[in-house]
Amino acid sequence: MNIIVIVKHVPDLVEELEIAEDGKDLNRDFLKFVVNEFDDQALEQALLLKEKGGGTITAVALDAPEIDQTLFTCLAKGADKAVKIVGDLEGRVTSHAAAHMLADALKAMSHDLILTGVQSAEDLDGQVGPLLATYLGEPHVSVVTGVEARGQMVVVRQEYAGGVTGEFEVDLPAVLGIQAAPQPPRYAPISRVRATMKEKKLVEIQAAAADGAGLNVRQMVRPQVASHAEMIEGNTDTVVERIVGIMAERGLMNG
Amino acid sequence: MGNVLVVVEQLNGKTGEITFEMLGKGRELASALGGELHALVIGGQADELGIADKVWVMGDGALAHYTSANHKAALVAAISAISPRVTLIGNTSIGMDLAAGASAATGIPLIAYCNALRVEGGQVVGTSQIYGGKVLAEVAPEDGACIVSVLAGAFPASAGRSDKTPVLETLAPPALDNRVRFVRLIEPEAADVDITKAAVVVSVGRGIQSADNIELADGLADALGGVVGASRPVTDAGWLPKSRQVGKSGLRVKPKLYLALGISGAPEHLEGMKDSGLIIAINQDASAPIFDVAHYGVVGDLFEIVPALTEKIKG
Ligand SMILES: Cc1cc2nc3c(=O)[nH]c(=O)nc-3n(C[C@H](O)[C@H](O)[C@H](O)COP(=O)(O)OP(=O)(O)OC[C@H]3O[C@@H](n4cnc5c(N)ncnc54)[C@H](O)[C@@H]3O)c2cc1C
Repeated sequence: MNIIVIVKHVPDLVEELEIAEDGKDLNRDFLKFVVNEFDDQALEQALLLKEKGGGTITAVALDAPEIDQTLFTCLAKGADKAVKIVGDLEGRVTSHAAAHMLADALKAMSHDLILTGVQSAEDLDGQVGPLLATYLGEPHVSVVTGVEARGQMVVVRQEYAGGVTGEFEVDLPAVLGIQAAPQPPRYAPISRVRATMKEKKLVEIQAAAADGAGLNVRQMVRPQVASHAEMIEGNTDTVVERIVGIMAERGLMNG
Repeated sequence: MGNVLVVVEQLNGKTGEITFEMLGKGRELASALGGELHALVIGGQADELGIADKVWVMGDGALAHYTSANHKAALVAAISAISPRVTLIGNTSIGMDLAAGASAATGIPLIAYCNALRVEGGQVVGTSQIYGGKVLAEVAPEDGACIVSVLAGAFPASAGRSDKTPVLETLAPPALDNRVRFVRLIEPEAADVDITKAAVVVSVGRGIQSADNIELADGLADALGGVVGASRPVTDAGWLPKSRQVGKSGLRVKPKLYLALGISGAPEHLEGMKDSGLIIAINQDASAPIFDVAHYGVVGDLFEIVPALTEKIKG
């Protein structure tokens, strides 16, 4: 099975996020980027399918700061090929535009399966998986937590609320939005990533022109919360004392 | 015309809460736009939808089981037949297939992860919650129509119920797309403990770092007579069973006390616990969204605070 995995960088959400001066995007100057965690799951799922049934894996990403490192990491983990789509890609690329560019590039790449992360932290105009699938005319399933190859189809599990899952047969080629692989994503030691950088090259493809999402972003703001938590300050003893006091007041200490 | 169409979500023959949340909001939008509120049922039952002016029913047995391909084709056909100004879809697993799929197929823009919606000067303005809940983006379609995927819990469900009888109309289903075939629904395995019944839930997130550290939470939960819950990365990693997962794809809990240890407070987690009686969060990141729903918060290292807290409670 020939699998394409789409990877993307998102701002590290553990860091402080600053809004740009025009109020329409994040201030991207000092952002720290990490791989979208669900893309990491998608790559793991691809690696497991390849280990079981053979085939190839191609990692594909739109150009972004430090994306080379991530693509080489995909290669170091076991992807066979890595493709970088380059072009006019400054700032936040909408999901619609990304999906158009990916569809254009992927049309020319033979594949059985395309795996994306189920969502990313910045797709305010929707998830790339179903957009891409529709542009390519392929079927798609979101929130997938299990994939098994069976000839010209895959059997997938789609997760709903409360731990209920649906099982489906999906004809190939198809696009799946991966929520979680059956095992945690593997780790590639930095030494192996460095070695890969020496051995292998990224393939570059020029991005096609793509329309936006048809939305105007009026402004981005931090949430104005009605009630922020009352913060408990002080050293560990003081903090613990206070928490116990709060719980005791509400009769929660009799357990 | 400014009609609002709500896509009814039914799984296992049951209409989800999200549907009523959208119907209530849809009612308000429809009157602001001077249009009607319509509901679309694909392959299911048109019960309980009295708040709508009209309910469109599409398909029969062939669409009874949800599949992304068939239901997307059905939705696209319905949108082109009804031409709604606003189409509301739940941001659920099913909604993720349908909303973006329909947007790509129809060319109508999509406002995703929406938690607030209003009409301003005749235009629909939506708020999209992004970056794990750390940023809100206010967006409007460049022109006319839009599709909106609505976060669960954003609007009250009570506003979406009524015992009136709506007008029913049938819509012809499109050609079936059988490239995705329903096999079966799998119910979760019976759990060792039912976290939805506990008065105290001590929940751990990725900040707990490893399976070995779960015993820290066990100790605190024991001292409080509670149970241990978790965020998704913890159950995905296999550190705790799936039955302990709180959130969108896990369970909804409403204990008297919810302790969030090393949990950032992503919208998918908050969905499962934000109505708890008392929420206390411990997190190293002062800007973690968990502090927006917690009643009390501590910016600090859980590995220091939790053992001390457990000791103190044990007395
Ligand atoms: C369709 C879908 C469904 C989902 N369903 C769910 C669901 O049901 N439940 C769920 O939880 N998630 C769900 N998610 C995942 C969700 O988007 C987040 O990825 C997840 O909630 C993050 O979990 P976390 O807070 O434990 O991890 P992170 O976001 O990584 O946060 C870890 C936190 O720990 C803090 N921390 C680290 N070390 C320490 C320390 N020593 N002391 C104190 N704090 C520390 C960090 O500051 C950080 O805030 C779903 C996602 C999707 C796409």
